[in-house]
Amino acid sequence: MIEQRPLLTAMSHIIMVLGVILVAFPIWITFVAATHDDIRMVQAPLPLLPGEHFFENLDKTLFGVGLSGTESAPVWLMLLNSLAMALMIAFGKIAISLLSAFAIVYFKFPFRMGFFWMIFITLMLPVEVRILPTFEVVASLGMLNSYWGLTVPLIASATATFMFRQVFLTVPDEMLESARIDGAGPMRFFFDILLPLSRTNIAALFVILFIYGWNQYLWPLLVTTETDMTTIVMSIKQMLEAAEQSPQWNIIMMTALLAMLPPIVVVIGMQKLFVQGLTETDK
Amino acid sequence: MATITLTDLVKSYDDTQVLHHVEGAFEDGEFIVIVGPSGCGKSTLLRMVAGLESVTSGEIRIGDRVVNDLEPADRDIAMVFQNYALYPHMSVFDNMAYGLKIRRIPKDEIRKRVEDAADILEIRDYLQRRPRQLSGGQRQRVAMGRAIVRDPQVFLFDEPLSNLDAKLRVQMRLEIRKLQKRLGVTSIYVTHDQVEAMTLGDRLMVLNGGYVEQFGAPTELYERPASIFVAGFIGSPSMNFFEVTVAEGVATLPSGAKMSSSTTYSGKATLGVRPEHMSPAPDGPLKIEVGMLEQLGANTLVHGVLEGRSEEIVASLPGLEHINVRTTLGFDAPSESIHLFDETGVRID
Repeated sequence: MIEQRPLLTAMSHIIMVLGVILVAFPIWITFVAATHDDIRMVQAPLPLLPGEHFFENLDKTLFGVGLSGTESAPVWLMLLNSLAMALMIAFGKIAISLLSAFAIVYFKFPFRMGFFWMIFITLMLPVEVRILPTFEVVASLGMLNSYWGLTVPLIASATATFMFRQVFLTVPDEMLESARIDGAGPMRFFFDILLPLSRTNIAALFVILFIYGWNQYLWPLLVTTETDMTTIVMSIKQMLEAAEQSPQWNIIMMTALLAMLPPIVVVIGMQKLFVQGLTETDK
Repeated sequence: MATITLTDLVKSYDDTQVLHHVEGAFEDGEFIVIVGPSGCGKSTLLRMVAGLESVTSGEIRIGDRVVNDLEPADRDIAMVFQNYALYPHMSVFDNMAYGLKIRRIPKDEIRKRVEDAADILEIRDYLQRRPRQLSGGQRQRVAMGRAIVRDPQVFLFDEPLSNLDAKLRVQMRLEIRKLQKRLGVTSIYVTHDQVEAMTLGDRLMVLNGGYVEQFGAPTELYERPASIFVAGFIGSPSMNFFEVTVAEGVATLPSGAKMSSSTTYSGKATLGVRPEHMSPAPDGPLKIEVGMLEQLGANTLVHGVLEGRSEEIVASLPGLEHINVRTTLGFDAPSESIHLFDETGVRID
């Protein structure tokens, strides 16, 4: 749309700038807080400009014990835990839903649609709803305080299965027939034809699922009791409650900043594929 | 190279039978065209030969093997699809090589075969491109190339030209014909386009509603159509039909006009005469009230109705003719180009 109305242009810019400020200001405060020492952070008024203690705080946060006076794990270990959890969830979900969508679309077996709807119904059962029985199962299997316990209960995904089903349905039947005449068996067809064709969708889903996994809070809180299995998202909350002393804002904010980084890297790094995967329809 | 034999072939989906007792023996190296209107079962028949549809009953033989229960890959066939079905994420080379790779053919052998096929089809310059970077005609060639490199016993074509524009279709038609003759591979080609069928096929199988109406050489179908359906389907523009009563070798039209024929049949019948066999004759039995002209250059089509009646009729005259609309013209047709069909639609000789 091409319009020549200066007032409208000005208005829309003002609204957009306001929106950016609204979103960016808390992040700026987080960054500023992470650059001062703990004494400055408890004095009023709060600083609005960066201080000089950024690298000092970074070092203390990453490799120190984090907050003084607590027994939490160093933040680098939490980052690693979160990363492992997010990656396992993302890859696990993608692998399982690719295979189940493949089965539902390309194979004829009894109760095929029944299975599809059963998978679909689990959309109504997120982990928060089934948290007690799921915890019971995980505990009985001895998976508490392990990566398996953190990820396996979250790994089945109705959304992703449904999405891949839709993707596979857009692949023309002739593609399968052509591959059959070429002599490709089902798994060969899956790996040689279907996977490359769903490449962009897989990437888009990976971005969404990685962030979903990274942001898990309630579930890790339940299944991890040992400090060296804590994830970064749950630790931020714990830091606020730590001890009776006033919160060490510089360390907490640095932790928050570090917690934000991996999702940002994933989103920016995969932006192009992400957009393609959600918009491209041509097969 | 192989013969193909279809014996008492039946296909049903649930309770509906879509192919009824199809019989056919195709010679080695023959180009067979299966033609018919949409929904007549022609694609189903082809897909049964390919192994993409199961056989309800009957037998399909390629060479001396019964292939009813063989996987498509084990039937030694290659198929060209209507939408080409090229793998969009592979280069042209990989598209053509994929089937050979699966068959574990050595790399240099694959390269040689693909390049040879590419030379035949003149697509050597595009080998590294992706299908979406090619035009329709080029994609068509790649699809054919994929069939050629396999060096199969049988080629199957499922309306391969229907996505191309008219000019390219005529050109590719000739190329397919030349290629098939050169390679000498037995081929089955499905189309709904009777011109394509007439130009390509050594023999044509006309299907209608799952039944084989006629199976024979193109000229035979044109000169001696076995049924009203074949008579109306083959030839463009279509044959004209009139209800007549036949007695002692003379067919009487509803208008009272009489046309002579060599038949000994008597009773009610349908008389058919092709537009191109009608010649102007002021005293001829067929009087046409001219309604519209189509001047195509090489010939002129005269559309109209029989004088005083509602039966539509078309006559084709050679060259450019200038005829006034709403005049009445007389036409005649020689008795050897008059076709008679009985009330069940079967040809009367």
